[in-house]
Amino acid sequence: MSSIRLSAAELGAALAKGEITSVELTNQHFDRIAEVDTSVHAFLHLDKEGALAQANSVDAKRAAGEKLGPIAGVPLALKDVLTQKGIPTTCGSKMLEGWRPPYDSGVVTKLKDAGVVILGKTNMDEFAMGSSTENSAYGPTHNPWDLTRIPGGSGGGSSASLAAFEAPLAIGTDTGGSIRQPAAVTGTVGVKPTYGGVSRYGLVAFSSSLDQAGPCARTVLDTALLHEAIAGHDPRDSTSINSPVPQVVAAAKRLDVKGMKIGVVKEISGEGFQAGVRTRFEESLQLLVEAGAEIVEVSCPNFDYALAAYYLIAPSEASSNLARFDSMRYGIRVGDDGNRGAEEVMNLTRQVGFGREVKRRIILGTYALSSGYYDAYYGSAQKVRTLIKRDFEAAFTKADVLVSPTAPTTAFKIGEKSDDPLAMYLNDIATIPVNMAGIGGMSLPCGLAPEDGLPVGFQIMSPVMQDDLMYRVGGTLEAALNSKWGHTLISQIPDLQVR
Amino acid sequence: MGSHFDLADPRFAGALVALNFAQAMEKYEPTLGLEVHVELNTNSKMFCSCATEFGGSPNTQTCPVCLGLPGALPVVNAKAIESTILIGLALNCSIAPYSRFARKNYFYPDMPKNFQTSQYDEPICVNGYLDVEIDTDEGPAKFRIEIERVHMEEDTGKSLHVGGSTGRIHGAEYSLLDYNRAGIPLVEIVTKIVPGTGKYAPQVARAYVTELRDILRSLGVSDVKMEQGSLRCDANVSLAPMGSGKLGTRSETKNVNSLRSVERALFGEIERQANRLESGERVVQETRHFLEDTGLTRPGRSKEQAEDYRYFPEPDLVPVTPDAKWIEELRTKLPEKPSTRRKRLQTEWNVPDKEMTALINAELLDVVEETIALGAEPTRARTWWLGEISRLANEKEVEPTSLISSANLAEIIALIASGELTDKLARQVVEGVINGEGSPADVIAKRGLKVVSDDSALMVAIEAAIAAQPDTAERIRGGNIPAAGALIGAVMKATGGAADAAKVRELLLKHLGQA
Amino acid sequence: MAAISRDDVAHLARLARIEMSAEELDHMASELDVILGAVARVQEVAGQDVPPTSHPLPMTNIFRADVVKPSLTNEEALSGAPAKVEERFKVPQILGEAE
Ligand SMILES: [Mg+2]
Ligand SMILES: [Zn+2]
Repeated sequence: MSSIRLSAAELGAALAKGEITSVELTNQHFDRIAEVDTSVHAFLHLDKEGALAQANSVDAKRAAGEKLGPIAGVPLALKDVLTQKGIPTTCGSKMLEGWRPPYDSGVVTKLKDAGVVILGKTNMDEFAMGSSTENSAYGPTHNPWDLTRIPGGSGGGSSASLAAFEAPLAIGTDTGGSIRQPAAVTGTVGVKPTYGGVSRYGLVAFSSSLDQAGPCARTVLDTALLHEAIAGHDPRDSTSINSPVPQVVAAAKRLDVKGMKIGVVKEISGEGFQAGVRTRFEESLQLLVEAGAEIVEVSCPNFDYALAAYYLIAPSEASSNLARFDSMRYGIRVGDDGNRGAEEVMNLTRQVGFGREVKRRIILGTYALSSGYYDAYYGSAQKVRTLIKRDFEAAFTKADVLVSPTAPTTAFKIGEKSDDPLAMYLNDIATIPVNMAGIGGMSLPCGLAPEDGLPVGFQIMSPVMQDDLMYRVGGTLEAALNSKWGHTLISQIPDLQVR
Repeated sequence: MGSHFDLADPRFAGALVALNFAQAMEKYEPTLGLEVHVELNTNSKMFCSCATEFGGSPNTQTCPVCLGLPGALPVVNAKAIESTILIGLALNCSIAPYSRFARKNYFYPDMPKNFQTSQYDEPICVNGYLDVEIDTDEGPAKFRIEIERVHMEEDTGKSLHVGGSTGRIHGAEYSLLDYNRAGIPLVEIVTKIVPGTGKYAPQVARAYVTELRDILRSLGVSDVKMEQGSLRCDANVSLAPMGSGKLGTRSETKNVNSLRSVERALFGEIERQANRLESGERVVQETRHFLEDTGLTRPGRSKEQAEDYRYFPEPDLVPVTPDAKWIEELRTKLPEKPSTRRKRLQTEWNVPDKEMTALINAELLDVVEETIALGAEPTRARTWWLGEISRLANEKEVEPTSLISSANLAEIIALIASGELTDKLARQVVEGVINGEGSPADVIAKRGLKVVSDDSALMVAIEAAIAAQPDTAERIRGGNIPAAGALIGAVMKATGGAADAAKVRELLLKHLGQA
Repeated sequence: MAAISRDDVAHLARLARIEMSAEELDHMASELDVILGAVARVQEVAGQDVPPTSHPLPMTNIFRADVVKPSLTNEEALSGAPAKVEERFKVPQILGEAE
């Protein structure tokens, strides 16, 4: 019998008891991928050889009686924005087609050490710029709840792989919501840890001061298990926090919010959001009250400017981060006919190698940093960032965690917003403030919107390096919802109509 | 002073050179600005752990960080920060309690990330000065060069241009890149504008770079080898009509890679600008490249349309906030200032000005000091290093200090002082040591180089000399003491230099009844 | 009036080293105009007294010891190179001057 619908925690237990081997488990997931991924397109690259080698090694260690971690031998899908030695890393861009990095990212090093089996690399918006995974140079990923819809972005491949039972665990990265919004629209769980909580070494930078890798799974506990596996100080990342990792697994298991103050952020709690999103969000608040939490309303007035500031800061940093893709040392090269100079070849390569959204953001960022405009655009945006941080600081004096719906709508149709950048940017309105302040954020499923039957995400935000608080609330809410429904939300996903 | 323009150069065909340097300096006032880039001698690079050693085979001292591979991140080298603070302190700068790295964005294939991690509006050291002394028509004069900033950045890779004309960039068919140098820590030291040097501008610039080099060397933070590029100087200069109180348009001359070139480049550039102004043309704000062979500069990239570097704070690095305690700790490590030390040593050793200058120019101060510290008598130590050892080094085309250790030389000098070696014998000992025949004692033993101090052996030689030149002996007997030189010379020759000349003289005169 | 013209975009594209066709320039200019119109509101709230935040967390003085660690091999370093000659990266001729 296939184990692909089990959680990572359950799989870890089964592996520990010897009820299944990692090789068997890995093969089952590759079989599932072979069955459904032509329809979902969650993966860009599969590494069967490497995955089975790792599975074999974990099985051998277990057979030898070695004590292994809780997710050793469990398969995982890795977002294609993190380097893995010898494995293609494209960032969803034509620019890096065929590039195989000569080094492991910090996250991959930790995963390997934890005995996790990396199945392959998942699809994403090019260089993590987007909210729908439609910006991938390798074609869009489809939402397993409805293949005509987007799986969110930029980490749509990772979330879709979870919802399609192609992997029980996945890694995402979140610059403005790229873990949480895909989790919301695919009915899965995704966490953006505190900035600096997980190494950025080997994470191909989109916006360095906002990027953060994090765990994705189908349950809060699984996310916590993966979180503890990948978090911790990395001396190769100057912005990595050198202090103990919050005890998120214990927090996820605690199932108790008595006496906690939960702050609903007025500015992002539903005004202008889809009706069904608001309904499910408010029901969840009620469940938290029943579990003993106190709901308070808090105001973060400067959040109204977060989106604008984000679309200046992120493109500015991106314009600089993506300058290295110039065809000189790696990646594709276009137009080198022996007559053209280096500069012309760079220009042509970047014309062909980058997609429209990436070019749009590079040009926008170049503008925001250019002399004469710096103060008005980049400079002002960094001041807004200060104001957003202050809003959070004030709000956290009134509440232990803050909450909001994760995304304003459920999954929309593929192609529906691709010609309207501004409409697309609005997807991240509730997730962006978290990145601006560097705090932790989680999205977990809180039901299906009545009007379209699609998943709705509930966002929990916790103060810097207090990631355990959002796990505590998330674990409690998840348990309350499951007991109210009598099942998990993901178990209700319709069977995939494989093409 | 003649013109620095070679009128035979076809590039100047038809050009009328109206003013030479001296004439130019009667009509125009130069203003200097100097930017010096120093490669620090840390073991590892600025932002990664690759080795910095010079001369490794291409692309073997690179890693994801210094190759700018996607995903790689920088981490600051603590030693580089310490070295920079030391430099700042030695240049009388304030050390900023808060400083940051920034990205300087521009595309160039030798720069892996297409931005240079540098410092911009928040450098680590600001507002210092350095005093230099030069010889003027009125004697020695002091100039204070004010330092605007000292900041940290990283070096670029090296490109090799293949095909086309003689390795120059233009006309190359393709270029080859080696990133071993990429990411080596660089410190940039920028002066404020330096007015008021008048016709001494080239000498002041040279004295500044020299003094700076000596300070950096005394701090031990850099190899300061201009010819290897570990110290590079960009010289800015502008001219304004005498007494106008204005600033002219400046040019920036790069590729100046020796102390002498700093001076030559400025002579040439001042003359060039003066002649442009004189003929009613404008000086273009541009980068110029110094041509070692002609002493002229050629134009590089025009800066009329300023580059837009889009500086912004480097998000991958956190601010540097040295606390007062750290700075004071570093201050205690500051060595004696080179200028103070030179004065002290000159007094201690009692050296005439001219010889002191020779020692400094030959870069022998350190080794002479070391030799004296090992017990050698100061005058002999100086004379040996500056004389015999330098002569041999010159012959072999190596550095004097690579020939013999100060300990060995100190030992030889001690033997001379005690009369166990004559100068002539000592030269043979030095030769033996350089040839690898062992320590001075080994050479003396193997070659049998001992002063003949046995009186009876010397008397045999003296009597032989008297017998060979009876007339000379007679004159000495008659009171003509200076005539003794000829007999002493004969004795020295007979003993193969192994006799102590003073002893020979004493015995000879006594023997001839003159003592 | 448009905040950003086609010529502005052409200048920015040059700075960013991206070749753009006339059509791309037009399209980009109109899109950027809309986006800039929307993001310009950051200027409304950011007063003189508000310091900018460039790093999410207030960390300082993160250094590493000056210790050499193994580099990549030459082969690894060149493994992604679009072109190479022996031990070096081969790139098209470099026109213009370095810094
Ligand atoms: Mg510089
Ligand atoms: Zn390196």
